[in-house]
Amino acid sequence: MMEEVKEVTSTLSVDRDNINVTEVLKDGDSLTFLIVSQKLSGTGEYHVARAYDDFEWLQQHLFSQEDVPGIQGVIFPPLPAKAQVNASAKVMKQLGFLGLGEWQLYCKALETFLRQIAAHSILSKNKAVEIFLTSSDPPGRQRVRKNIFNRLSQAVEEKRKEGHKDVDQFFQTERDQNLVLAGCAKTAAERFLDVVQTEQKIAVACGHFSAALHLCVEPGEDSDKQAFSKACVKLSEVFDSMKKNMTSVAENNVSTLGLGMDLESRYQEAEKEMLFRRTCKLVELESARRNAEKAKPVKKAAMEEVKKAAETEFDHICGVAKQEIARFQGARVEMLQQALVQWCEKQLLTAKESAEQFNQHLQTLRGMA
Amino acid sequence: MADTARDPPPQHTDFHELEDGEDLFPEPAATLESEPASLPAEDISTNSNGPKQDSLFDDDPEDLFAEATEEVSLDSPERDVLLSDGPSPAITPITPPTSVLTPRIGLLDDMFTHSSFDEIEEEDGGDSFDIHISVSDPEKVGDGMNAYMAYKVTTKTSISLFKSHEFSVKRRFSDFLGLHSKLASKYLHIGYIVPPAPEKSIVGMTKVKVGKEDQSSNEFVEKRRSALERYLMRTVKLPVLLKDPDVLLFLESSELPRAVSTQALSSAGLLRMVNKAAEAVNKMTIKMNESDAWFEEKQQHFENLDVQLRKLHASMESLVLHRKELSVNTAQFAKSAAMLGNSEDHTALSRALSQLAEVEEKIDQLHQDQANADFYLFSELLGDYVRLITAVKGVFDHRMKTWQKWQDSQMLLQKKREAEAKLQFNNKPDKLQQAKDEIKELEGKVEQGEREFEQISKTIRKEVSRFEKERVKDFKTIIIKYLESLVQTQQQLIKYWDAFLPEAKAIS
Repeated sequence: MMEEVKEVTSTLSVDRDNINVTEVLKDGDSLTFLIVSQKLSGTGEYHVARAYDDFEWLQQHLFSQEDVPGIQGVIFPPLPAKAQVNASAKVMKQLGFLGLGEWQLYCKALETFLRQIAAHSILSKNKAVEIFLTSSDPPGRQRVRKNIFNRLSQAVEEKRKEGHKDVDQFFQTERDQNLVLAGCAKTAAERFLDVVQTEQKIAVACGHFSAALHLCVEPGEDSDKQAFSKACVKLSEVFDSMKKNMTSVAENNVSTLGLGMDLESRYQEAEKEMLFRRTCKLVELESARRNAEKAKPVKKAAMEEVKKAAETEFDHICGVAKQEIARFQGARVEMLQQALVQWCEKQLLTAKESAEQFNQHLQTLRGMA
Repeated sequence: MADTARDPPPQHTDFHELEDGEDLFPEPAATLESEPASLPAEDISTNSNGPKQDSLFDDDPEDLFAEATEEVSLDSPERDVLLSDGPSPAITPITPPTSVLTPRIGLLDDMFTHSSFDEIEEEDGGDSFDIHISVSDPEKVGDGMNAYMAYKVTTKTSISLFKSHEFSVKRRFSDFLGLHSKLASKYLHIGYIVPPAPEKSIVGMTKVKVGKEDQSSNEFVEKRRSALERYLMRTVKLPVLLKDPDVLLFLESSELPRAVSTQALSSAGLLRMVNKAAEAVNKMTIKMNESDAWFEEKQQHFENLDVQLRKLHASMESLVLHRKELSVNTAQFAKSAAMLGNSEDHTALSRALSQLAEVEEKIDQLHQDQANADFYLFSELLGDYVRLITAVKGVFDHRMKTWQKWQDSQMLLQKKREAEAKLQFNNKPDKLQQAKDEIKELEGKVEQGEREFEQISKTIRKEVSRFEKERVKDFKTIIIKYLESLVQTQQQLIKYWDAFLPEAKAIS
């Protein structure tokens, strides 16, 4: 049981490019993730076991860094939704690609989350990160001070602020663009998931057909019977190959472009939340200015103080936000490019392998006839 | 409308099988043991053998009332509507959807022009089987519920049985059914596996009639066209059917009398229904003493095959559905990728995403082509064979009935002999003569019964052998065609991915 985190800043002692979520262990209903990180100094690794709640603990600590100026301008790396054993349909839909298979992609997404935090100039300095990655004991579970960030989904009453007109053209454009892209990315990811799931269904159907063909194999000396049986066996092999091909195609889709689109979609949401926080601050600032103007001489000085504080904070946020946006834009293009290139290379390889295999079947069959 | 022009001597380069140009077809009805052309015409409607062909129309021979409503489907029954000719029909050509056309799949070419004929008719000594029939150009004739679909049936052949080497006629669906009805009544009960006609479909036809020209009704027309083509090719592959005058008439003559017995709730339909009910009762009580193990084994074999093929067919239909679903989903994804590309600021990324959308659209087309291959190559083939096996089972049933008839005659003869002996004992000379006459007649009947039984047994053996060989050939041919389509799909994919890769790499 860890003591409360007292120090805020530190330097991370692990290699930020070498953090791996290597395994996931199922214990009844709970999932535990094994995280291995390379020590920066010398050789050696940290091996820690973490549950989803621990990831949330980390996130909460990062959210609640009130002392860091402009922290609200940070685009926080998005944490995937909670994974559950025997998840409900609703949860599975929310997880999307990450819910497929045996959590391999989910582990990859958690890994990306940790790496992005470790690589972030502001966030990596938080002691919580060091503790999370290196401490052999699980981090504390006590609830951190109230989360000062209003998540868009929760702040229903704040929703009307979302459309508030901006004072800065740069940010207005960014908000508009983000709105469109977030929607498009989400839709595209959902539709790609539909494609993958249908591919998986086809693979299963091919397997069934292949098995059914084996039932047609008849014993007997009859030359016609033997010929038919041979044909059925051959066709069964063909459908097995088709199953393999379809399975590969689906896997390629998921592990490259699927993962990429999922991340893009969640990151656009993260940017949306940052922009919303800034907009809320803008509303607050404008309100503080009005108050300062209208204030009676008695209250004037106090109101001016509030106004000044709001202005300073807002400036800090804008400064950080601009940096974050630039970084984000560069990172997402790079990420998507990598995803697209890998996707294309893998599918190309699969297509070549399958063409070769089908060709072999074809030659054998032609020889048989 | 029929094209009966005399063509110049056969262009051998047109045909797949470059056989000897001479037609070695034997004279009809001379050397063959079975004489279908000599059967009395009364067999067709009054004999209980006659209407038996309708058992082919439904897969459950025990379903006595299927015929009453003219239902013919592998799954749910549908009611047909009365057809009648319109006075001056308007002709509307139907354009099949491009996705339904399967230009890559020359399905029937390889399947039907092999010299399978050689192996069957050994006694005819290496005949050339040189005939190719295509069904094309579906055209809607007439309007509203009186409309019907007319198909062009083109025959290309070098067989001298025909008046010319290439000719076309226009036929409607009920013409095909009429042809099948005639052939079944002539040949089924003597042991020939007459290929069943394609199925009726109320839903499909109604859509076409009311002028709904959408994807599904176009697909329906294409499916039917393909089925009619396969039906005709299978029919002419039976040497005895190829020579049949009804078949020749069907292929050659420009005007064909309307087949009336296919209409719903006609008197003929009711008659068939009644006869079938009677038969079903008879079948249940026939317990044949099978002296020939071959028949017992074959019957079991076909029972098993029936079950397996139905399973495969169901499995394949499910696969076809999933592929169509994949096509739809891929198209949806392509659209959303295009939107993503349009909204994207970064130029190179935007370009790559738009290219991605295009690639996905092309892949969608591949999925559709593959679904068609699945369907037209396998699903329809399996369906055809499920129906063919019903015909095979029917032929075995006929043998049983022939045996029964023979046995009945024998029993009757026995009784008459006993009666004669009694009469002799009681010394009644008038009645005795009559009895002797009857006995003579019955002896003839018994002999005939035995002959018929032996004939049908022999024919069935030959037919089954032919059928089994055809089956293997069909399946092998289809599998090869299918594999070719699979290889081609992958090669197309390789091209698409190769083209996309530089776009993806060029992003930053």
